[in-house]
Amino acid sequence: MAEIKIDRERCKGCELCVHFCPKGCIEMENGYNRKGYQPSTFVKRDKCTGCAICALVCPDVAIEVWR
Amino acid sequence: MQKVYSRPKGLTDAEFAYCAGCFHSVAHRMIAEVMEELDIIDRTIGVCPVGCAVFMYEYMACDMIEAAHGRAPAVATGVKRVLPDRIVFSYQGDGDLASIGTAEIIHAAARGENITVIFINNTTYGMTGGQMAPTTLVGQKSTTCPSGRDPKQAGYPLRVCELLATLDGPSYIERVAPTNPAGFNRTKKAIRKAFENQLEGKGFSLVEILSNCPTQWKMSPIESLKWIDEHMTKTFPPGVFVDR
Repeated sequence: MAEIKIDRERCKGCELCVHFCPKGCIEMENGYNRKGYQPSTFVKRDKCTGCAICALVCPDVAIEVWR
Repeated sequence: MQKVYSRPKGLTDAEFAYCAGCFHSVAHRMIAEVMEELDIIDRTIGVCPVGCAVFMYEYMACDMIEAAHGRAPAVATGVKRVLPDRIVFSYQGDGDLASIGTAEIIHAAARGENITVIFINNTTYGMTGGQMAPTTLVGQKSTTCPSGRDPKQAGYPLRVCELLATLDGPSYIERVAPTNPAGFNRTKKAIRKAFENQLEGKGFSLVEILSNCPTQWKMSPIESLKWIDEHMTKTFPPGVFVDR
């Protein structure tokens, strides 16, 4: 069981978490946040291992991880 | 479930004003994490550069001083000598450290000042519009060399780590390329070692981070990482240059 939380308003949509997630758990959202970026969103909860690579590579420190 | 990653205490709540995917944010966060791990947030004094990271004092939870362009190592020297029990680091880009501040960094290194220098090399002047920097690669396009850097006219890129490694003063010099998760971990370790060296009183430590500038390179953040791997590391090979 693992869980990540992406702060939608801090995310700038750089896609690094989407690119580096080894399980493909993160995708880009269709909507926009207040800053006008398309944030990433956590989609495959069952596949997440809580490895925290997404948090490691996130430039905007927008991701928190539980495991 | 246990929380395994949360925002480091070394950062304030302010949102970074950097572009999407900019590695200034990554470097700030790693310094903040290292400060928290070493429990030195309360006694660390950072010296900000001129450039995109000029507002670094907004983001770091430690004390910060703003230095004139390129003069961060000189300011850091003064702070460290007056307050030797504080942990002092300077944070500089390539325009700041390798161009206008070349004299300051060379002499701070030669004196072996007990400070930590975090050097962000992104081969361009990001804030002012992507002009050619001393570290711009041969053939790389910028707004002031639109057909690529021509060594006949503009000379060759400056390799700061190799240059400073010839001196006797520095205790630790490493160049890192955070282009994949392993590289990110390596970068964090290098920053940690640079701070630990200062705590142990070993002397001058510098970490050069091969960084990106997706906006001025006109690439997506993912493409910019590939570009670092494919082009930048050829001119600026990562590695440990000094460790003593």
